[in-house]
Amino acid sequence: MHNHILSIILFTPLAGALLLIFVPKESKDAIRWIANIVALAGLLVSVPLVPWFWAQRFEPGFKFMEGAPNNWIPSIGAGYVLGIDGISFLLIMLTTLLGWVSILSSWTAIENRVKEYYIWFLVLQTGMLGVFMALDFFLFFVFWEAMLVPMYLLIGIWGGPRKLYAAIKFFLYTLFGSVLMLLAVLFLYFYNFHQTGQYTFSIQALYKTAPLIFHDPAYGSTFAILLFLAFFLAFAIKVPMFPFHTWLPDAHVEAPTAGSVILAGVLLKMGTYGFVRFSLPFFPDVVMHPKVRGWMIFLSIVGIIYGALVSLMQKDMKKLVAYSSVSHLGFCTLGIFALNPAGLSGSVLQQINHGISTGALFLIVGILYERRHTREISEYGGISNVMPVYATITMIMFLSSMGLPLLNGFVGEFTILQGTFMENWKWAAWAVPGVILAAAYLLWLYQRVFFGTVTNPKNEKLHDLTPRELLTFAPLVIVAFWIGLYPKPFFQILEQPVNQIVYTVRGKDYPGLQPGVQSVNAAIRPADDAGNAAAVQTALNQSKGTK
Amino acid sequence: MSGNLAQNFGRVDYLMALPVILLTLFALGILLLDLMLPAQWKRVNAFTALGGILFSASGIVKIQLALNAAGLPGESAFLNSIVVDRFTIYFWYLFLAGAAISILMSMRYLEIEHENHGEFYSLLLFSVVGMMCMAAGFDVVLIFIGLELMAISTYVLVGFLRTDRRSNEAALKYLLLGAFSSGIFAYGLSLFYGLTGSTSLLGIRSGLVRLAASHPDHVDPVAVIALLTVATGLFFKIAAIPFHQWLPDAYEGAPTSVTGFMSVAVKAAAWAMLLRIFIWGLYPLRTVYVPLLIFVSILTMTGANLAALTQSNLKRLLAYSSIAHVGYMLLGLVALASVTYPAPAFFDGFKGILLYLLVYTFMNLGAFGVIASLRQRNVIGDEMDDIAGLYFRAPTEAVLMLIFLLSLAGIPPLAGFYGKYFIFLSLIESGHYVLASLAVLYAVFGLYYYMRIANQMFMREALDKTLLPISAGMRLALGVTAFATVYIGIFPEQFIRIVNWSLGIAQTASVATLVR
Repeated sequence: MHNHILSIILFTPLAGALLLIFVPKESKDAIRWIANIVALAGLLVSVPLVPWFWAQRFEPGFKFMEGAPNNWIPSIGAGYVLGIDGISFLLIMLTTLLGWVSILSSWTAIENRVKEYYIWFLVLQTGMLGVFMALDFFLFFVFWEAMLVPMYLLIGIWGGPRKLYAAIKFFLYTLFGSVLMLLAVLFLYFYNFHQTGQYTFSIQALYKTAPLIFHDPAYGSTFAILLFLAFFLAFAIKVPMFPFHTWLPDAHVEAPTAGSVILAGVLLKMGTYGFVRFSLPFFPDVVMHPKVRGWMIFLSIVGIIYGALVSLMQKDMKKLVAYSSVSHLGFCTLGIFALNPAGLSGSVLQQINHGISTGALFLIVGILYERRHTREISEYGGISNVMPVYATITMIMFLSSMGLPLLNGFVGEFTILQGTFMENWKWAAWAVPGVILAAAYLLWLYQRVFFGTVTNPKNEKLHDLTPRELLTFAPLVIVAFWIGLYPKPFFQILEQPVNQIVYTVRGKDYPGLQPGVQSVNAAIRPADDAGNAAAVQTALNQSKGTK
Repeated sequence: MSGNLAQNFGRVDYLMALPVILLTLFALGILLLDLMLPAQWKRVNAFTALGGILFSASGIVKIQLALNAAGLPGESAFLNSIVVDRFTIYFWYLFLAGAAISILMSMRYLEIEHENHGEFYSLLLFSVVGMMCMAAGFDVVLIFIGLELMAISTYVLVGFLRTDRRSNEAALKYLLLGAFSSGIFAYGLSLFYGLTGSTSLLGIRSGLVRLAASHPDHVDPVAVIALLTVATGLFFKIAAIPFHQWLPDAYEGAPTSVTGFMSVAVKAAAWAMLLRIFIWGLYPLRTVYVPLLIFVSILTMTGANLAALTQSNLKRLLAYSSIAHVGYMLLGLVALASVTYPAPAFFDGFKGILLYLLVYTFMNLGAFGVIASLRQRNVIGDEMDDIAGLYFRAPTEAVLMLIFLLSLAGIPPLAGFYGKYFIFLSLIESGHYVLASLAVLYAVFGLYYYMRIANQMFMREALDKTLLPISAGMRLALGVTAFATVYIGIFPEQFIRIVNWSLGIAQTASVATLVR
């Protein structure tokens, strides 16, 4: 069980999908029950991971490793290798949680072709989990690409009026980015063969040889930058960073509610995860190249401001939330390319926060849409009079999304800005307006939709949240408060992998992060505060001893 | 005189030709049998043909056993005019598999068309006989004879729907252009004969080496002209742009099951011939033909992918897509010919082409099979509208079609990905970065037009809401092709090993059989 926990988590949704194939499509309620039970099971099997991972959170390297390099296709050098560190652990927990939430939220929203819907959704779930677990680039690429198909069908079949356009645009855009990444990784693979005489896609092997290209006279720094750009394109489209974001509003607006939740909550994180897992360790010298880094920061800041400004003037609620994602993900990439422990761990935490709060925002929009079949802001007003519980939850999630202290968004954004400030105060200064604008567009939206008297007679008889809908929000609200009030466990989980990556990229600037030198809370505290670290270290050893 | 010659051939010669001989006998047998069969028994012909394929395959097994027992990687026969090495055996199996699946798909289709004649299966087998000669031939005369046997049988098969104008038009076009290209091809071969004094691929090769040694500073202009004409003929046969015009018309007009057969087996045979000639025979001229191949492959990928975007006829769309696939395979040849022989790119490019042909056989036949099953009593069934809402009429077929399309687009983990994988890898290994980037970008185009079909199947209402009847033979054929597409995708290891084996890489370190 302990050894195969990742495989179990990975294939539970797929097994459920296979089971659903044999259920007759007329018995819709049976299908819904089975799908929900499978999704809940998918969440429950990932729960044991929490204590197990917690116990070894400071240990270096990947945990729960499964499989061996090259065991899947030895002739190519591809292996079925799974393993997680703190970053992928949090993203996996987010995926299983949001997977369950969005399947639960689809109960009444999806009325036709129910069976297919749940099958594709569960397949999608497996694909996403695989992306976060794979430690073999070939396996990663398989999941990365295969996952596009169910998402394409979810948008294309159950989407809104322009679903065909949005679905194909989503598919083509993402594929466009990833094919160049395939070429780049084929080069890394070939280069690894040159250096070691072995063909392998094992990520840990590529970690060792890929950084050498930058200094290899046969290829040189320009070539390494081109390789980085091939990866960048794939991930930047997925995130999406400005100016590669144009697929996102279409896909988000047209997708069914649950599809939007997963799209915003998990799919976008694959891009940022890719940056952290691949771009930084593969090309440490490239990302520290002033020009490259400058562009990355510039695009992130443009994304933050641009996304927020465009959100401000949307008439459609879902589109507003979609553009707000561009802005929030700008913070995440800003934190990544700040390239210090605070920025990076803030970025990963913010990815989780964005999954929670934006996922909830899409659910919120979906609930109104299900009742009224319109998302025009001008159609609403005074909703808090008729749906008070709904209005309260909405307020909590809006505050979380705009980064109010005591809620999760604040912790992530604050840490990112702190990390950015440590690198260059001007970068932070440019990013801060994004926070203010977020407050503006969200509060203005809230005011227009919820406050005042009910002006539109169609809104007078709207019923408040059903118990099922309340249940979908409960875990999200709890996690939002948890991260907002007590984020320490999250930072502890992130500390080891983040320090590892920062040390790989800029070991010279952060010699204190050398593996083996443990320190608690390095994420929030500058790296040179060594005395405190030693004290905590002893405390930590004692606590380990008592176990 | 001829009597003396025949005495020179021993058991080995006939053993090496056994699969070809068996298949010829069955093809002739069908013609005889057909005369005696009453109209309602015409299906027997199909089963006879399948039996012939089984017998021929067992002949190949017999050869393999004999070769293994003798510890030989291959054996030549009939005064070196054929060589049965692993490369040959690989292609022989491929042809037989393609033919068998096509026969399964044809049975009900021909009944609907009221053209259920024994000649169909006989011609199909004759065409496979020609292909086997093309793959095994080591003498350009035999290769040419095999080519003509295959081509003439296929011309007739394309025009098999006698009452259908499109079918007749396609057959005539195909015949004229095919004959024209064969003429050019033969002309080039005759130039090589004049230049080197040999019709054997080995003789041509050593003649070219001698020629290059005698004046090392430039390539003989006659050799260049000969190469250009031979290459033109070959490009016609594999339908590379700008020599592709016959293909969309022929594919559209031919009976759909024949289109499927042409797109996999006939194409594979043309590739076997092309590889034999370019790698075994004309390898010394590779500095001349690599730029030519680069030019043609770019043209092919560009033209075919752009043309496919706007097609509204399913068969034409898949026709252009099959031209685009030829463009990718040509890139494999570019990579393998632009490095010196034992470099990794040589083997990966070669593997890419062979694996591509293998997976293409299954996925493309599957796609054509689904289109063939759309043919009803009163529906031709090859327009976009005919496949609209297929999901509601035949859900299983729609999902299988989606698998075939995704595989054709090269989405992992489906079989089609691995062909592209090796070709891209070989391009990277041989340093063709720009070419590789271009190729992957065209793969994105490819996805667009394949997904247009998927859009129709899943996201539109059906125009004709009746359930689609699927015959047992078709079910079997679709099942086999879909299973292969998915299975090769998830567990490709054994298939890569088979390809390695056919190149003589896996078991023996020596690759003497490859370039001899």
